[in-house]
Amino acid sequence: MAKRIESLNITENKRLNKDFFILELSGKSKIPDMKPGQFVQVKIEGSPGTFLRRPISVHDVNYGQNTLKLLIQIAGKGTETLSRLQPGDILNIIYPLGNSFSLPPEGQNVLLAGGGCGIAPLLFLGKYLRSNGFQPDILLGFRNTERIIEFNDYKEIGKVFLTTEDGSQGEKGFVTQHPVLATSKYDRIYCCGPDPMMKAVAEYSSKNNIFCEVSLENLMGCGIGACLCCAVDTVRGNLCTCVDGPVFNTKDLKW
Amino acid sequence: MVKLDFKIGDLHFKNPVLTASGTFGYGLEFDDFLDVSRLGGIVVKGITLEPREGNPSPRMAETPSGMLNAVGLQNKGIDYFEKNIYPDLALYKTNVIVNINGSYIDDYITLAGRIGKLKKISAIELNISCPNVRMGGMAFGTNEKSAREVTRAVRAVYQGKLIVKLSPNVTNIVDFARIAEEEGADSVSLINTLLGMSVDVKTMKPALSTITGGLSGPAIKPVALRMVWQVARALTIPVIGMGGIMNADDAIEFFLAGASAVQVGTASFIDPQASVKILEGIESYLVEKGFSDIRELIGLLNKVH
Repeated sequence: MAKRIESLNITENKRLNKDFFILELSGKSKIPDMKPGQFVQVKIEGSPGTFLRRPISVHDVNYGQNTLKLLIQIAGKGTETLSRLQPGDILNIIYPLGNSFSLPPEGQNVLLAGGGCGIAPLLFLGKYLRSNGFQPDILLGFRNTERIIEFNDYKEIGKVFLTTEDGSQGEKGFVTQHPVLATSKYDRIYCCGPDPMMKAVAEYSSKNNIFCEVSLENLMGCGIGACLCCAVDTVRGNLCTCVDGPVFNTKDLKW
Repeated sequence: MVKLDFKIGDLHFKNPVLTASGTFGYGLEFDDFLDVSRLGGIVVKGITLEPREGNPSPRMAETPSGMLNAVGLQNKGIDYFEKNIYPDLALYKTNVIVNINGSYIDDYITLAGRIGKLKKISAIELNISCPNVRMGGMAFGTNEKSAREVTRAVRAVYQGKLIVKLSPNVTNIVDFARIAEEEGADSVSLINTLLGMSVDVKTMKPALSTITGGLSGPAIKPVALRMVWQVARALTIPVIGMGGIMNADDAIEFFLAGASAVQVGTASFIDPQASVKILEGIESYLVEKGFSDIRELIGLLNKVH
């Protein structure tokens, strides 16, 4: 799918909690066909300290309504500026960018593991898997109750398991400590979250000989493979998060 | 119709907007966004004799009105370039310029010799100003003796147009520009990135794996413009200006200061169509101001003052 640069309209800005919000975008032209794991490069206007675009993964796409959703965490001035956008405002994006999660072989048992803002691409992935006949389980980890991102939409995809680090909701601990990993046998794990979490999931997968893909986050210059700023150290040498990723098989990563 | 073309010696450029090395990949990355052949030329990603892995992550940091990079010339080497990239580049209907780099003078000589055999490559941009490699790069371009030696050596083996890309990280850039001209360069391009650094106060570590890196973007434009103005007054060969050009007005400042052409760099990261928009903006400006030829604009500042 050809990449394009386009100004879309904000149709909704839904605040989820102190740190998270969902922007819904729509445009005059048809939203291009996108794959789960792909991202958009967002231009931020009105934030003098923000020079570069920000890479944001695709949270959900509704081709029927021609809308695209981005789940965003306020991490600095740029995303703070985005959080103030109102319906009717314009957002310039470059998309669709990056590779995507691979589709499992038929009949496989799949787990989606997400932590914090990393749960963003898993909704789009989960819906995609469901439409292709898979019944994924979903394992979400957050620091505490205050940091939990509303996950009702995920319940429509499959069974949701929850952990918090302080045990204030769900199981106490990290996602890798959830008992579902001992009771269910998964053929594949798709993961997105903070680095320590993805590393732990990768280690668990490797020990148990489970196919595992993670979606990496990185600082980016261009997002289209031109500047080589978002290098990832892999068994195939330095690759770009933006065009060779953001999804990588954990076997290939030199963590 | 305004005239936008310019020449380096007998090499014709249909317009004076080029893209800067390291910011436009091999052009191919931008095919979805613009017709690369509309540009006056593209300067492709810096190349070395052997493949290079570049520097470890993190390689980039956002800074006020700009960014630092420490990519470190990651590229797959000349063999790969000749075989896998050149055939695609040869299809562009514009000047393709290759930016060459080395650790030793012999690297530059070998590279120049091989680029000389590629018919569609119009010129070499001799990079003696990369701040992100441990050996070579900026070390050549910040020492008068080695700048002279490497320019002379490449000139001796390369018959195409030779553009020397100058480092701003020197006391007097005019001295280095003069050396390039004396040694037979057909043009100079400036400025490469300014050496800078940034520290993450949360982690109390440098933002870049290499500690220092190259600063680009609007933050460096006033410095770049001053240097282009100084160099253009001192040389007779055409000067290609760059450094923080984000829009047509920025580019026009460089023309007024004496640049015969400009390179668009970091702007392409934020808007992949920046280069063609700048080209269109320059054209509109000339029409609006009643100029029929961009040459009337070049160095006008010096004529007025």
